[in-house]
Amino acid sequence: MESSAATQPHGLLTPAPGAGRRKAVNKTVEVLCTIAAALAVAVLLLVVISVLLKGLPAINLDLLTKNPAAFGQPGGGISNSIVGSAILIAIASLIAIPVGILTAIYTTEFAPARISFGIKFALDILNGVPTIVTGVFIFGVLVVGGTQSGWAGAIALSVVELPIVARAAQEVLDLVPRSLHEAGLALGLKRWRIVLRIVLPTALGGLITGAVLGVARVAGETAPLLLTSSIWSNLSYTTNPSQALPNIPVTIFSLSESPSPADHAKAWAAALVLILFVLILSVVARAFHERSRSRLRG
Amino acid sequence: MIPNSQETMTSIRPNTPSTATEQAPQRMASGHSVEVDALQAYYGNHQAVKNFSIAFAANEVTAIIGPSGSGKSTVVRCINRMHEEISGARAEGTVMLDKVNVYDPRVDVTAVRRVIGMVFQKPNPFPTMSIFDNVAAGLKLTGWRGDDLRGRVDQSLRGVGLWDEVEDRLNTPGTALSGGQQQRLCIARAIAVEPEVILMDEPCSALDPVATLRIEELIDELKARYTIVIVTHNMQQAARVADTTAFMLDGELIEHGPTTKMFTKPEDERTERYVTGKFG
Amino acid sequence: MSVTTASRRGPFDIHARLADRIGQPALRILTTLAGIASVAVLVWIAETLVNQSRPAMSAFGLGFVGHTTWNPVKSTFGAGAFLYGTLVSSFIALLIATPTAIAIAIYLTELAPRVIRRPVAILVELLAAIPSVILGLWGIIFLSPFLGNHLEPFLKSFLGWLPLFSGSPSPYGMLNAALILTIMTLPIVTAITREVFQTTPGELKEAAYALGATRWEMIRKVVLPVARPGIVGAVILGLGRAFGEAIAVTQVIGNANQVKASLFQPAGTLAAQIVNEFPNASPGVYQSSLIYLALVLLVMSLIVNIAARVLVRRRKVG
Repeated sequence: MESSAATQPHGLLTPAPGAGRRKAVNKTVEVLCTIAAALAVAVLLLVVISVLLKGLPAINLDLLTKNPAAFGQPGGGISNSIVGSAILIAIASLIAIPVGILTAIYTTEFAPARISFGIKFALDILNGVPTIVTGVFIFGVLVVGGTQSGWAGAIALSVVELPIVARAAQEVLDLVPRSLHEAGLALGLKRWRIVLRIVLPTALGGLITGAVLGVARVAGETAPLLLTSSIWSNLSYTTNPSQALPNIPVTIFSLSESPSPADHAKAWAAALVLILFVLILSVVARAFHERSRSRLRG
Repeated sequence: MIPNSQETMTSIRPNTPSTATEQAPQRMASGHSVEVDALQAYYGNHQAVKNFSIAFAANEVTAIIGPSGSGKSTVVRCINRMHEEISGARAEGTVMLDKVNVYDPRVDVTAVRRVIGMVFQKPNPFPTMSIFDNVAAGLKLTGWRGDDLRGRVDQSLRGVGLWDEVEDRLNTPGTALSGGQQQRLCIARAIAVEPEVILMDEPCSALDPVATLRIEELIDELKARYTIVIVTHNMQQAARVADTTAFMLDGELIEHGPTTKMFTKPEDERTERYVTGKFG
Repeated sequence: MSVTTASRRGPFDIHARLADRIGQPALRILTTLAGIASVAVLVWIAETLVNQSRPAMSAFGLGFVGHTTWNPVKSTFGAGAFLYGTLVSSFIALLIATPTAIAIAIYLTELAPRVIRRPVAILVELLAAIPSVILGLWGIIFLSPFLGNHLEPFLKSFLGWLPLFSGSPSPYGMLNAALILTIMTLPIVTAITREVFQTTPGELKEAAYALGATRWEMIRKVVLPVARPGIVGAVILGLGRAFGEAIAVTQVIGNANQVKASLFQPAGTLAAQIVNEFPNASPGVYQSSLIYLALVLLVMSLIVNIAARVLVRRRKVG
């Protein structure tokens, strides 16, 4: 290369004045941008690896299958929190997923454009309501004057989950080609049949994605549960949603505030369980998301 | 990456019978010829331009015609190295301008593009900039400011015949103009940095006939100062504006010569079929 | 018309018509109810908070928002210190997160090799999936000692003359909360900014390159100006997220009811204060004041979210 290009760039192609500085600025910005991206990925890895390093040594079968030990006793596990979280998430999802999908169907199939726009806007705003405020709201409606309960906690979670599921569902339903509707109408099908037989099956992958994302999001929610389902007895297994249900996020939170290293170890183990659950769901949902969208887009 | 062949400068002439171009008015002092040799252009594995060699004479308008997909846009995009902005795209061969290969690794790509300006298919003024700032955009990059800048912007707008139409609204967005005005604005933007060569990639395909005519008249005026290469799918347009016409098919240069000759008695039978509308 | 189509269906005629007669309105009513419910929840949240903060409102009025005393023993409450903590921690977070997010978005849309763009984008977005309680735990165990022993002494030695970096370094405080909030808002701002960048028309980028612009000049002249409203929307959205974050902030901010210039000092936010005291607050003015805090927070997040959605949406339409 060097030998063949005997002449220096000259004449017309001489770089404009200041070209060296401009190039240097460009290079600097490129390097800074790359560093920023590396930094963000590094923080993610740092947090995940911290959880792995701290959580793995602390995790064992006892921890996953036993209840917490009585106060002052060593050992014990977090199985009551795992079961409680599962129940809370299940109830929340049983409320939020159907309501969310029905809302999405309403906005894409039945509602006039303006109402549809208004509902989407309201859902975005609801999604922006701080979850601690949701907790205070459910406390004010269901707990005040009475006691905390799994029901209250699950309903609080469902309020958090609803806008996520609904917006994701609207997005996929919007992608279902209108020509499918017309094909159905041309066959003499009524709209409700078109929705149930053509639209929903076509959008199924995307609907599942939205639901999974909703579950991943509420699985780690702590603030609403703190006000609605955080006071429980560690001595008995509670699976009854009329009482406060033990759960992983609140367990991590209270263990993290403790000064005892043994409690911290348990917090890390619980964090490991939670982060694996959430990250796996998120990654799976994302993979699904890409696939169903690209399929609908053709 | 690009095989460097400064030495091959002498063997640039394509083997097409085109001595006629050489008799074009000799105004080499004010313009510059562009000599393309053995250009190969790829998009990934697809070769869009095959062994393309041509000399674009100074102060002449050369039209590249051919059916869609024949590689004519790719050729012009290789001349100012815009081709390489597309991911997966690469080019081999040499493009000589003023005795320097624009693909020489020591040539700054931004310098290439300043000297070889480009006008695109769709008028693309910067939407966030005023008419003035659109024309000034390239100049500001190299530090033009104040009165010098204003003078050059005025001059460029006059050069494309837009000055009278916009002089009282230089601060309004460039996108508020009509399509034809936008395209002339884009030409003003290109000539403001004083290039030697202007590449035009189907510059009228998005315009109505009246606006097209204005642009064609403008091209005729501009060739006194610039070497112009215009890609067009419109044979009438080539016949109206070009001194020389090149015909491409499937990535290859089939024939090139004086426009009148190309449209009346082309040498290649494929050219004849194309210019008489038998295919493409 | 429905009669003629139905009659062609032969034996299923009656069943089909019956099903249509029930199914069609049933689906319509069901979905309509769901749609109404989604909007109603929002109204209900506001109504509940207004209602239940009434005792505190009648005791302290609107002055509550600016007043910095919070004394459960004397039953005197004001949101001032927490409002300050919320605003300062969130603004610092966005001050760091915004340029970083724009830089990452530039990397992801213009610089990175095509094959790694999606994976890196997904990794950055996964940052948002980490539950805040885990980020808070990480903040307590890893970030706090680093801040207390290294970063804050370092900042102090160089910038100690600024009130912001004066005072003795401490592991828990405003700076720690701001950094955790930076991590939480970064993926949101990045995701939206990246999406907006991707919508920049290719022909505009080409126009800039054809004028001899370097990549950065192209970005500065074309991509950033076109994306500006979207970026502003993204930042405001991030701000809304930062305002409302309760758990992680509670874990690292040190929870003190004070207004201090130094970022090293413990502070409090509206959300963190609710987390801290709500579980133990006695019903009456105390609890009502905490609900009043929630109401202030709700109003802030409503304003911010509405502004952000309007900006982001206008960008999409225009």
